Amino acid sequence: MEKRVFFRSSWLPWALLAPQLIIVGIFFFWPAGQALVQSLQQQDAFGNSVTWVGFDNFVTLWNDSTYLASFKTTMVFSVLVTALGLSIALVLAVFADRVVRGSRFYRSVLILPYAVAPVVTGLLWSFMFSSSIGIVSYWLKKMGFSWNHLLNGNDAMALVVMAAVWKQISYNFLFFLAGLQSIPKSLIEAAAIDGAGPWRRFWTIQFPLLTPTTFFLLVINMVYAFFETFAIIDATTQGGPGKETATLVYRVYFDGFRGMDFGSAAAQSVVLMVIVIGLTVLQFRYVEKKVQY
Amino acid sequence: MVERRPSLGMLAHVIMVIGMILVIFPIYLAFVASTHTPQEIMQAPMPILPGSNFWETYKSALTGGGRTSTNVSVARMIWVSFVITFIITFGKISISLLSAFAVVYFRFPLRKLCFWMIFVTLMLPVEVRIGPTYQVVASLGMINTFAGLSVPLIASATATFLFRQFFLTVPDELVEAARVDGAGPMRFFKDILLPLSKTSIAALFVIQFIYGWNQYLWPLIAATSEDMYPIVVGIKAMTGNGESPVDWNVVMATAILAMLPPALVVVLMQKWFVKGLVDTEK
Repeated sequence: MEKRVFFRSSWLPWALLAPQLIIVGIFFFWPAGQALVQSLQQQDAFGNSVTWVGFDNFVTLWNDSTYLASFKTTMVFSVLVTALGLSIALVLAVFADRVVRGSRFYRSVLILPYAVAPVVTGLLWSFMFSSSIGIVSYWLKKMGFSWNHLLNGNDAMALVVMAAVWKQISYNFLFFLAGLQSIPKSLIEAAAIDGAGPWRRFWTIQFPLLTPTTFFLLVINMVYAFFETFAIIDATTQGGPGKETATLVYRVYFDGFRGMDFGSAAAQSVVLMVIVIGLTVLQFRYVEKKVQY
Repeated sequence: MVERRPSLGMLAHVIMVIGMILVIFPIYLAFVASTHTPQEIMQAPMPILPGSNFWETYKSALTGGGRTSTNVSVARMIWVSFVITFIITFGKISISLLSAFAVVYFRFPLRKLCFWMIFVTLMLPVEVRIGPTYQVVASLGMINTFAGLSVPLIASATATFLFRQFFLTVPDELVEAARVDGAGPMRFFKDILLPLSKTSIAALFVIQFIYGWNQYLWPLIAATSEDMYPIVVGIKAMTGNGESPVDWNVVMATAILAMLPPALVVVLMQKWFVKGLVDTEK
């Protein structure tokens, strides 16, 4: 889409664009280029000497079983976060769509987690489940379950998944609700006249018509689980116990800023860039075009 | 008309209440913890009703008292957070308005290239290029400065896209009318385009405010001295490495203070928040 009418000036558009282009150039293109270059270099621990090593950093990563393990961790984590987050939000949205009285109040409460910082989310959840002072872990112990997310890998994964899902509920809920409300009432009424009950109407009309929203949220939630959950993990388990909850983004931070291995961190950044670009292309090519009604 | 089913209506309310409890409980528990003394929280199980230590806890949090792993007052952290958030919010909205205006309302060589250069930034979140960005900011001497903490987070195109989409829907007749009346481009921008963009700006303000306030990884790296910690980094630093004892009531009071500004913005500006969420993803 283009404007038919426009202004003429040889310098004004550049002056208008300058602030954005300068900031994007310095803080986006320069670092992104650096990452590409550094992924092909090896630096010593003090940063005194740099040698070109070609694709060695990538080969090392590929042969590093802990890196492949964190790939798997990330996949398990994102699939759980996406599946749980979408299903809970869908249930809430379907019932919120039915509620007439008090719906504004319910919505105001359900959007709260969006405002809570991921790191605060992590703290709240690890406070509830802390094995010494946590009230939920106390109740669990009363019921005969012992919980310790600092020692047990499964507990740790369950905790980060719960916190990440909680944080993302608002977002998914709002999009599902908007999707449901944009379905024409006449379709539902026609089905009701034909004798379809609420359950049948949901599976044959509402759910299929929500497909574009669902696919969109699927991609967004994958991206969220991959990249935006660093703070939650840092506040709850710090990637532990062992490396059980260390996702790819957590490793970039850990290897680069704790381990001071910039070559490896840069190579990991490049791997992540490829993943994000892949997901973005998927979203634009596949989701936007093919899943339309 | 769809049939009425009272039982289903009841079920809907029950589900909504369960959802609300799940959402509220962690926040409620933090609030309860912030109204007790550290000793009361340490005994298992901790109380689940508010106590009487509210004022003391918040006073010692805001003034930097209590046993935590940092020496900075929460009041200072909140100040740092506000400054960073406002630089990000206003910076992003203003540079995006200008560049979207240039891309939509002018024809000039390399326009497509500029557009694509901005578009690419949508793809890579700051988490992915964190190491090199740190080196760039360090070599510019911007570590531990307000600019260093905020400007790299402005380098993204979401806002530019939102405004571009909006400008494309503005009728061309307005430009023609402005021309006939002898208004130049900047006059048109200031007197016609900006007033029309008010709701988009409000929507974006909400989204960017929350984005800026809740940033964690970048300030964690770019702020090395404690007095430049925004509150979300500070609160994590307070808990230390988990080995030394910490006054959990003070930490939880800080958590409540950290979520108050964005929560107020979301709830009070709900209409624009929902619009902003939906629009930025288009």
